[in-house]
Amino acid sequence: MYVLELEKPVAALRSKIEELRALMDAGNLESGSEIAKLEAKAKQLEEEIFKNLDNWDKTQLARHPFRPCTLDFVQHCTKDFQELHGDRHFRDDPSIVGGFCRIDGTRFMLIGHQRGRTTTENVHRNFGMPHPEGYRKALRLMKLAEKFGVPILTLIDTKGAYPGLGAEERGQSEAIAVNLREMAGLTVPVICVVIGEGGSGGALALGVGNRVLMLEHSIYSVISPEGCASILFGDSSRAQEAARSLKYVAKDLLKLKVIDGFVPEPVGGAHAKPEEALDSLKKAVLKHLGQLEKLSAEQLIQGRYEKFRQMGVFAESV
Amino acid sequence: MSWFKRIAPKLLSTEPKKNIPAGIWIKCPECGETLYSKDLDKNLKVCLNCSYHFRLTAEERIASLVDDGTWTELFSGILPKDPLQFTDSKKYKDRLKAATTKTKLEEAITCGEGRMMGQRVAMSVFNFRFMGGSMGSVVGEKITRTIEYALAEKLPVIIVSSSGGARMQEGALSLMQMAKTSAALYQLAQAKLPYVSLMTDPTTGGVSASFAMLGDINIAEKGALIGFAGPRVIQQTIGQQLPAGFQRAEFLLEHGAVDLVLDRRELKGQIANLLGIMLPRG
Ligand SMILES: [Zn+2]
Repeated sequence: MYVLELEKPVAALRSKIEELRALMDAGNLESGSEIAKLEAKAKQLEEEIFKNLDNWDKTQLARHPFRPCTLDFVQHCTKDFQELHGDRHFRDDPSIVGGFCRIDGTRFMLIGHQRGRTTTENVHRNFGMPHPEGYRKALRLMKLAEKFGVPILTLIDTKGAYPGLGAEERGQSEAIAVNLREMAGLTVPVICVVIGEGGSGGALALGVGNRVLMLEHSIYSVISPEGCASILFGDSSRAQEAARSLKYVAKDLLKLKVIDGFVPEPVGGAHAKPEEALDSLKKAVLKHLGQLEKLSAEQLIQGRYEKFRQMGVFAESV
Repeated sequence: MSWFKRIAPKLLSTEPKKNIPAGIWIKCPECGETLYSKDLDKNLKVCLNCSYHFRLTAEERIASLVDDGTWTELFSGILPKDPLQFTDSKKYKDRLKAATTKTKLEEAITCGEGRMMGQRVAMSVFNFRFMGGSMGSVVGEKITRTIEYALAEKLPVIIVSSSGGARMQEGALSLMQMAKTSAALYQLAQAKLPYVSLMTDPTTGGVSASFAMLGDINIAEKGALIGFAGPRVIQQTIGQQLPAGFQRAEFLLEHGAVDLVLDRRELKGQIANLLGIMLPRG
């Protein structure tokens, strides 16, 4: 069991309920009224907690190991998924997965970061932190989708691009940069959703879409709160303060016009009710595709350009 | 005559030279040689003994690349705001004020139009001394406008980078400048207008992972540190010492990330030559 600090009060009530249930099952508790009372209390408490989540709480939820990931979306929301591998130059990077699939009968190219749940998986997937070949595979698959007129869905979930020797040798910067430029020119609809942690350029490299959405408790940031705290405060343990300052939660990013909207999560978070969260996500994706399908290739490119063109806040004196 | 006396008067007024006061002896950090500052200036701030490249201000960089008296600054008066009301140990607004006072500059980039050996070019040049050349909304906007100006005027684009990356204090808005500038470069590429990216010391993070690496020609200035992640972060991640020369210009050439590593004194001639070949005549 993996319980976050913010979940502890509710978890305590729930374990109390379990105890009472066990007593009742054993015939040692006459009435279920106490159970019902506690259940109502737990529900109310959980709703209250989830109404008042701060940026640090959301950071914990966004990084929750059991939060739905790209392959969960594949399993729950798609049919006929065929994973496609490799960048054709160096190797297959398992921290990004991609392939053709159908969602409610509609063809898609689905590409997403993939982290692991167990240590073994995380070693295999490099904790969802891609090398350049991961971004090059992603772009190859996007171009493949474009060739056959298939819309693209990207799911963003990474701490960031991997900062290592091999990554630098093979051109991490160039790989990310090329994705940014080439995604701007794709002739098919591109929908991007931050489903967990959207960390910096390594997230953005899958993020130049006609629609950019977030799952409600996801985060999308220029730098991790730990990295920010270590640079600005000289102390990475002050990450909570940095989380507040960076305003990287969906509500703030919507106001700043960085994202087009967010997909509400069930009370308790996406990890508590993954199927419900994924169903909402699928619905949102299909709704946005419905709008984008009506646009021509030129309109899609122009719309995507204008969307990113207007990002930024500055003053202009004449 | 000092090479940076040749600069356009407008620039001189916005950024008085103050790095090295005239008539002072400077010690080269690389070879230890003591250099007379006027000689150093004449040599584009390249050590006369060992060719170590001192960092340049944007003003000095422009003077080193652009023909005398041809520079016109563009897009001045675009100023940073504080959309996040960002506070760390200092308020972002105070950091901006301090940077402006220190550099006498509006922001971390200077843009304009000039001629290189007669060829008109649109140019954006980073000022590393302004908050480490970090890219926030203003830097992204001015680069994008430079590219759009080049599109309208059918000019080649030159961006001289010197930056630690995206500016944290503007959060995701800074991150989005990577996409914005790269999308503008997509349009420039469609129009078949040349883009030369000159990466100088240092070019890292979100700047290197967007427009800086997207040149039709990528040039690294000799000795420059260029990379995605900073060396300290990489060292912490992998827990071992980095090899000598890692992420230096020559390392990038060896690994195929840049077309050329050039000495500062060769830049203007080489870039003008390449533009002459890439641009159709007439
Ligand atoms: Zn020297």
